[in-house]
Amino acid sequence: MKKFITGNHAVAEAVRLCRPDVVAAYPITPQTPIYEQLADWDSAGELGGTMVKVESEHSAMATCLSASLTGVRTFTATSSQGLALMHEMLHFAAGSRTAVVMAVVNRSLAAPWAFWSDQTDSLSQRDTGWLQLYCEDNQEALDTTIQAFKIAEELMLPVMVMLEANFISHFMEPTEVPEPDQVDEWLLPVNIPRRFDLSNPGFMNGVVSAKQYRDFRRLASDAMEHALTVVERVDKEYESTFGRSYGLVETVDCADAELVLVTTATITSTARVALASLRSKGIKVGLCKLRLFRPFPVKALRDVLDNAPRVAVIERNISIGREGIFCSEIKSALINSPGRPKIQGYLAGIGGTDVNTQLIEWVVQDAITREVFVDQPIWVDDAVLEGEAQ
Amino acid sequence: MNNNNTIDVLDAGHAACPGCGYAIGMKTVLKALGSKAVVVVVPSCAAIIAGPFPNTSLGVPSFHSAFEIAAPTAAGISAALKRQGISDVTVLAFAGDGGTFDIGLQALSGAADRNEDFIYVCLDNEAYMNTGVQVSSSTPMYSWTGTSPNGNTKNKKQIMEIMAAHRIPYAATASIAFPEDLMAKVEKAKTMRGTRFIHLLAPCNTGWKIAPDEAPLVSRLSVESNIFPLYEIFDGLRYEINYQPKRLPVENYLAVQGRFSHILPDQIKAVQTETDRAWAELCAREARTRQLYGDTPVAIDCESGTKEI
Repeated sequence: MKKFITGNHAVAEAVRLCRPDVVAAYPITPQTPIYEQLADWDSAGELGGTMVKVESEHSAMATCLSASLTGVRTFTATSSQGLALMHEMLHFAAGSRTAVVMAVVNRSLAAPWAFWSDQTDSLSQRDTGWLQLYCEDNQEALDTTIQAFKIAEELMLPVMVMLEANFISHFMEPTEVPEPDQVDEWLLPVNIPRRFDLSNPGFMNGVVSAKQYRDFRRLASDAMEHALTVVERVDKEYESTFGRSYGLVETVDCADAELVLVTTATITSTARVALASLRSKGIKVGLCKLRLFRPFPVKALRDVLDNAPRVAVIERNISIGREGIFCSEIKSALINSPGRPKIQGYLAGIGGTDVNTQLIEWVVQDAITREVFVDQPIWVDDAVLEGEAQ
Repeated sequence: MNNNNTIDVLDAGHAACPGCGYAIGMKTVLKALGSKAVVVVVPSCAAIIAGPFPNTSLGVPSFHSAFEIAAPTAAGISAALKRQGISDVTVLAFAGDGGTFDIGLQALSGAADRNEDFIYVCLDNEAYMNTGVQVSSSTPMYSWTGTSPNGNTKNKKQIMEIMAAHRIPYAATASIAFPEDLMAKVEKAKTMRGTRFIHLLAPCNTGWKIAPDEAPLVSRLSVESNIFPLYEIFDGLRYEINYQPKRLPVENYLAVQGRFSHILPDQIKAVQTETDRAWAELCAREARTRQLYGDTPVAIDCESGTKEI
C-alpha cells in the first residue's frame, strides 16, 4: 500500500513488518518519531514484541545486544549524541556477534549544538564492526531496514541503516509499504543461535589470550568480507518479491563519463537532477551512488571507477584534519587502479547546509576543468559559489 | 538449609585468590539459585572467577557483559527469554561495587525504575579490587586504597537507600558470614518478580589487608558491630531487620584490617558515632514499618551503644 509518510515513519513501518521481539530505545531529535511511532503501536498491541523504554542509548544497545544473544529479533534507533554515547556498546554488539538492527538518523554532533543533517556521527562508528548502509530516500530507508534484519541474522553481524536528518527523517514522500504477509514470507521468523542454553551451559565472552583475540577478529573480518555477497544477494531476493533493489553501488551514465561524481544519501537525488541537465548540455558526467559503506564495496567501486579519468567525491561529513571520509575511502580503494583516476574531494552540505543543483553543477564544472587535483578537500561554501558567479 | 538445588554451581578450580570473599559469595548465591538460571557477570573479580575462555567455573549459562551494563544486560536476556515463552529461568546479575555504586548506577536505576525482571547481586568489596585496590563510592570512611593513600575522606554511599527509593519489590543486605541467611534471601528473591537487589558484603583479602582465611571472620564482625546490618526492604518501604547483632565496638572490626591500620582514636570514635546513628535510623525505619503497615518482623533489641562480649 502506498502511504504518504516521513522517513522516520517509513522505518517504523518496516520495523513493525519485521515483527521485532525486543525494541529498546531512547528519545533523541530527530530520531524520536521512530521511537514514538513504535511506542504507539506497542500501546495498541500492534507491535507484537517487547518495548523497553530505557534511560539512555547506552542501555538501549546493552538491552538489544543481550536480547539478540538470547536469540530474538531486536531493533533500536538513534542519532548523533545518542550514537556517540553508544559507541562502546557498538563494539560490544559486533564483537559478541549479535544481529541487532539499528536505524541512525544522521545528525550533526555537538559542539556546537545543532540538529541538521551531517554524516559524521555514523561515520565515526566506522571501525565498530557494524555493517553500514546509507539511504537516499524514504522508500530506500524502508526497504533497507527490512533487508537489514535478513542480512544481520544470516551473518550474525549488526547492521546500521542511515537516513539523513530532516531531508529523510521528517520529509514526507509517497512510500510503498509492503503487505505484512508478503514480508512474513520473505523474512522468516528469527532463527539465530540461543547462546544461553541450559542444557549446555557455557561462559560467553570469557577473557581470551592475545592469539584468541586475533583469531576472533579474523573471524569477524571474514564474516564482514562475506557480507558483500550477502548484502548483494539479499537485495536481489528483495527485488524478486518487492520489485525494488539498490545494489552496493548504483551507477548512472558512467560508461563514457569523463567525470564520475560519487555521492551518498540525499545528495544523490539532487545530483540526478543536476546531471540530467549537464548531460543535455553535452557534458560527459556520470554518477556513482555509494550505498554500502561497511563492508566497503571495493570491487563494485573499482568496476565503475578504475578507468574513469576523473572522480569528484561530494559529501556531507568531515574527518577534521584530513577530508571527507568517503573520499579517503574511495582514494584508498582506487590506489591500485590501472587507470589511476584523478580524485578530488568536495565538502558540501556540512551541518545540513543546502546542496542544490547549482552547487553540484559548480562541482562538476570545477572537477572537469581542473588542472591540478589537490589532496585537501574543497569547501563548497557560499563564498566559493558567489565567487564563481562573478 | 533445605535446598533442592544441591549441585555446586561454582566449580573448584575457579580463578579467585585463596579465601576470596567474592568466590564464597558467588558459590553461596549460585547454590541457592540452582541450575535453571542465566548469570550475567561484568568486569570485576566475578568475571575472573568465572574463568578464562573457553573454560568456566560456572555451571549455568553465563555472559561476561560490559562494566556498566549488568542491569540492562539482565533485562535484555530476561525480556528475550519471555518472548521465547521461557518463564521458569531466573536471570541473575553479579556486579561489583564499582559496577553498581559508580559506573553502573544509571543503568541500574533505569532498570529498577522499569522494575525489570531479574535478581541483581552487588558483590561489595568496597573498592576497585580487580584493578588493584582503588577508591570507589562504596569505600568506607578512612579506608586505605591505592587512590586514597591517606584514608578515604567520605562516607560509603548508601546504595540500599538508593534502591529502596526505586520502590523495587525486594532489596536485602547479606553477608558471606551468614550463608543460610544469604541463601534464604536468594530463594525468597527467586519467588518474586521484578527487580530484586541483594547487597552482599564480600571482603577482598588483598584489598582489606587481611589473611586469606579471614574473610568470613571479618564479615561476621561487620555484622556484629552493626557496620553492615542484615535487613530487607520490601517495596522500598517496609523494613525488616533479620539478625540481632552483638553490637561489638567498631574498633573490633577496624583493628583486624590492614586497610585501617593508620586509623586514629578520634576517627574510630567518629566511625562508632556514625554506626550508632545509622543503626538507630534503621531501627526507627523498622519501627515505622510496624506502625504504618502492621508488619511484625522479628523483634530486634534496638538499644543504642555497644557492649563487650
